[in-house]
Amino acid sequence: MSRIGVFVCHCGENISRTVDVEQVAKAAGEIPGVAYSCDYKYMCSDPGQTLLKKAVAEHKLDGVLVAACSPRMHEKTFRKAAEAAGLNPYLCEMANIREHCSWVHEDRDMATAKAKDIVKLMVERVRKGKSLAPITVPVTKRALVIGGGIAGIQAALDVADAGHHVIMVERDPSIGGHMAQLSETFPTLDCSQCIMTPKMVDVANHPNITLYTYSEIEKVEGYIGNFQVTVKHKARSVDESKCTGCGVCMTKCPKKKIPNEFDQGHGMRPAIYVPFPQAVPNTPVIDRENCTMFQSGKCGVCAKVCGPGAVDYEQKDTFTVEDVGAIVVATGFKLYTIDRKPEGSPIQGYGEFGYGTIPDIIDGMTFERLASASGPTGGKILRPSDGKEPKQVVFIQCVGSRAREKGISYCSKVCCMYTAKHTMLYHHKVHDGQAYVFFMDARTPGKGYDEFWRRAVEEEEAVYIRGMVSRMYQRGDKIVVMGSDIQVGTQVEIEADLVVLATAVQPQDGADLLAQKLGISYDKYNFYSEAHAKLKPVECATAGIYLAGACQGPKDIPDTVSQASAAAAKVMTLFAKDKLERDPVVAKVNEKYCVGCFACKKVCAYGAIEEKEIRDRQGNLVKKVAYVNPGVCGGCGTCQATCPSKSIELDGYTDEQIMAMIEAL
Amino acid sequence: MHAEHIKHDFEPKIVAFVCTWCTYAGADLAGTSRMQYPSNVRVLKFPCTGRIDPVFILRAFQKGADGVLVSGCHPGDCHYMAGNFHARRRFAAFRALLSFVGVDLNRLQFSWVSAAEGGKWVDVVTELTERVRTMGPMPEFKELEHEEQWSTFAGASVDKSTVLNSPELKEAYDSIG
Ligand SMILES: Cc1cc2nc3c(=O)[nH]c(=O)nc-3n(C[C@H](O)[C@H](O)[C@H](O)COP(=O)(O)OP(=O)(O)OC[C@H]3O[C@@H](n4cnc5c(N)ncnc54)[C@H](O)[C@@H]3O)c2cc1C
Ligand code: SF4
Ligand code: SF4
Repeated sequence: MSRIGVFVCHCGENISRTVDVEQVAKAAGEIPGVAYSCDYKYMCSDPGQTLLKKAVAEHKLDGVLVAACSPRMHEKTFRKAAEAAGLNPYLCEMANIREHCSWVHEDRDMATAKAKDIVKLMVERVRKGKSLAPITVPVTKRALVIGGGIAGIQAALDVADAGHHVIMVERDPSIGGHMAQLSETFPTLDCSQCIMTPKMVDVANHPNITLYTYSEIEKVEGYIGNFQVTVKHKARSVDESKCTGCGVCMTKCPKKKIPNEFDQGHGMRPAIYVPFPQAVPNTPVIDRENCTMFQSGKCGVCAKVCGPGAVDYEQKDTFTVEDVGAIVVATGFKLYTIDRKPEGSPIQGYGEFGYGTIPDIIDGMTFERLASASGPTGGKILRPSDGKEPKQVVFIQCVGSRAREKGISYCSKVCCMYTAKHTMLYHHKVHDGQAYVFFMDARTPGKGYDEFWRRAVEEEEAVYIRGMVSRMYQRGDKIVVMGSDIQVGTQVEIEADLVVLATAVQPQDGADLLAQKLGISYDKYNFYSEAHAKLKPVECATAGIYLAGACQGPKDIPDTVSQASAAAAKVMTLFAKDKLERDPVVAKVNEKYCVGCFACKKVCAYGAIEEKEIRDRQGNLVKKVAYVNPGVCGGCGTCQATCPSKSIELDGYTDEQIMAMIEAL
Repeated sequence: MHAEHIKHDFEPKIVAFVCTWCTYAGADLAGTSRMQYPSNVRVLKFPCTGRIDPVFILRAFQKGADGVLVSGCHPGDCHYMAGNFHARRRFAAFRALLSFVGVDLNRLQFSWVSAAEGGKWVDVVTELTERVRTMGPMPEFKELEHEEQWSTFAGASVDKSTVLNSPELKEAYDSIG
C-alpha cells in the first residue's frame, strides 16, 4: 500500500484531553507512504465516516488507518465504511490510542509520543496488509442443548418451536435438573413439579427434539454453524426402544435399600430405577455398582419379569456424532456440600458446623425434599435422625457464599429467598414450630421478592437474627447453635431440633473439563464466562456457543428462563441465514516450500490440516504437502510459528506484517 | 488516584506481544477502568500466543526493545483451544536458549492475563517497566544488528551471498532481516 490515509479521532475529549491529536496526525502525514492524514472530533459518527469515505475517493487511498478506540469497539464500523468507499475491508485497521493510551496515561507529552508510535506501527501493518475475501460457510440448522434442567428445557422448546431440530444431552437418567426437586417455588409458592413436569413431557413429545438422557459430551469439533459433537450414551442396561415404562422390574428388584440421589439420599430406591415417578423418560436404568447381577453374576430378576424383554445386561456405551450449528450450554449448578477442605481444592469447608457428621444438619435442597409432597416423608417435615417433627429449626444463610476467607466471595443469589420460603413452608406444616434465621443481609431484588421476604418475617413469624453462627454441636437429641446477634451485640445460643444450611451454589463438577472440550472460557470458580458482562450476557466469546442458567452464575428460575429464551433467540438468529460469513483470518500453505513434515498438523487443535498429495502428469507421487481446510481453521496461527520451513502463513498476521511492525519500533 | 510524574533519566522501551482474546481485552479493560500505568509499553496484537514466533522476540530486542512481554490466556482457557500450550512449551525452550546466549531473562516476561484482569495487566506492565528501568538499556542486541553475527559461522565473517545460496535460506534470512 503506498497511499495510506490516517484518521486521528478526538473521541470528544476522551483522546484529545491527554493526546495531542493534531501532532499525531501531522507526524502520521510524514510517514512515507501516507498520502493523507487528518484529525476529527468523532470518527465513528456519521460525518466522521463520510469524511473517511470522501478522503478515500479524493486522495485515491489504498489503505486506511483509524487511530481511535479499541478495534474491539469499532473495527467493524470502520471496515464497513472502508468497504462502502470501495476498499477491501481488511485494508482498514485501527490504532488503539484510547484504551491503550489516552485513558491510561496522564502525561501529555508521553501519551502523545506513545500515540505516534502506535500509529507508526499500525501504518506498517496496513502497508503490508492484503485484500482478503470473506469465507462463507453453510450453517447446519440443528442445535445442541447440553443439560436438561429448566434452562436447557426452555431453550430447547423455544428453538424446536421455531421449527429447528434440537438434540438435548442430559447426563442424568432423567431431565428436570434441580427444579424437579423443589417443593414450592418463591415468590408465588406454586408447586414446582406442577409447572415443571408438563414442560419435561413437552420435550419428550416434541417432534423436533431428540432427547439423549444418561449421555455426555465426549468430543466437540468444528466451529460456528458446523460443529461435530460426539455424544457418549452410557449403557442404561435397558433397551429404550423396547421398554414400556411399566416399572415391574423396579418393584421386583431385591436390592431396594439404595439411598436415592433425587431425595438427597433420604429416600430409598432399587438398583433398577427411575430417579422419580415423573421422570422423563420413564425408562429405568440399572445402577451397575449396586446391582447384584453386575456385582456377583447372580440374580437377573428384572430381565425375567420384564415383559417386552428390554433389560440387557450386555449393553455397552455407544457413541453418536451429531452435526449441529449452534450449542446452548445449560449444565446448571451443584450445591456446596463439603464438610472439610477437599484435597486440592482452594475452597475451605465448614468442619466447625459438624455438617456431614450430625445427621440433623441438612442443606436447603434436602429441606426441599422433606417439604415436597412427593418426597421421602410425603411432605411432612420430619428430621432425618429419628423421624420426629422438629419444633425449633435454625436456618443459616450464606454458608460458603460471601466468605472470602473460605474461598468463595460471590453471593449465591437464591438463598435469601429460598430460606424465607423454607420458613414459610415450615410454618405452614408445623404450626407450633419456631423458625430462626441467621443472616448477614436479606437480598431480595426481584419482582415481588421483598414483599415475599417481609411476609416471612411479619406474617409467618420467622425470627431473623443478624449475625453468623460460629459453632454447632450435638447435645442429647438437640443441636446447640452458637452464634452472635450483631444488632443487639450479644451471643445467642439456640437448642435446635433441625438445622438447615443455605449452602453456596457452585458450578457442576467437571464444568471446567466440559468448557475445555467446547473451547469456552470460565472464571476462577468454573462458572462459564459470557462474552460481555453487560451487552453479551448469553453469548460465549467462542462463536456459536451460548449460555443459559446457573452454569453461568447463580440464578433463580425467572432469570434462568429469561436467559434460556434469550439464548434460543440467538440460535434462531444464527439459523435465519443459510450461509454465514466468517473472518478470513485463516492459514494458507505455500506448497512450493512445504517439506511435508506435518509439524503443523500435530499442533493444530482444530484438525484443520490435511495431507495433500502432489502428483506429476503421469500420476506419480511427487510429494505430500500440508493443506489447510479454511472452513475448519480457527485462525490461531500456531502452525505458522511451528513450521520449520516457514511455508504456512496466517492471513492478516503474516510474518511480513509483523516484522514490518517490529522494524518500526 | 493520580500517579506522580517523575521524570526518569532512562525510559525503557517495552514491547508486548499479546493475544487478542485475553490480554488485549484485559488491557482494554484497564483503559475503560481508567487505571494508570507507565507509557513505555508498545502493544502488538496476535490472534493467539501460539502465533508468536521466538524470532519476533529476538528481532524486538535487536530493534531496541529493553524488555519484552509475552502474554495470553491462562492455561486451559485458550480461545483457540491449545495455542497457548504450544506457546508455553516453545517459550520454555526459547528462554533456555536466550539465557545461554547471555540475555538476562529478567528482560523477558511471560504472563497470563485474562480479559477480566485489567488490574493484572497494569501490575505486569508496571513491574516489568520498573524492573527494566533499574537494569538500564540493553546494548548487546542492538550491536548485533550492525555486526549481523547471525550469518557468521564459527566466528568468522562470511560473505552473505555464498552462505545464503539456497532459496529457502535466502527467504528465511529475508523474513528475519
Ligand atoms: C434449595 C434451593 C431452592 C431453590 N428454590 C427456588 C425457588 O423457590 N424459586 C426459584 O426461582 N429458584 C429456586 N432455586 C434456584 C433454581 O434451582 C435454579 O434457578 C434452577 O434450577 C437453575 O436451572 P438450570 O437449568 O440452570 O440448572 P440445573 O437445575 O442444575 O440443571 C442442570 C442440568 O444439566 C445437567 N448436566 C450437568 N452437567 C452436565 C453435563 N456435563 N452434560 C450433560 N448434562 C449435564 C444436570 O444433570 C441437570 O439436569 C432454588 C435453588 C436451591 C438450591
Ligand atoms: S438384575 Fe437383579 S439386582 Fe440387578 S436390577 Fe435386575 S433385578 Fe435388580
Ligand atoms: S509444518 Fe510447514 S513444512 Fe511441515 S507440513 Fe506443515 S506447512 Fe509443511
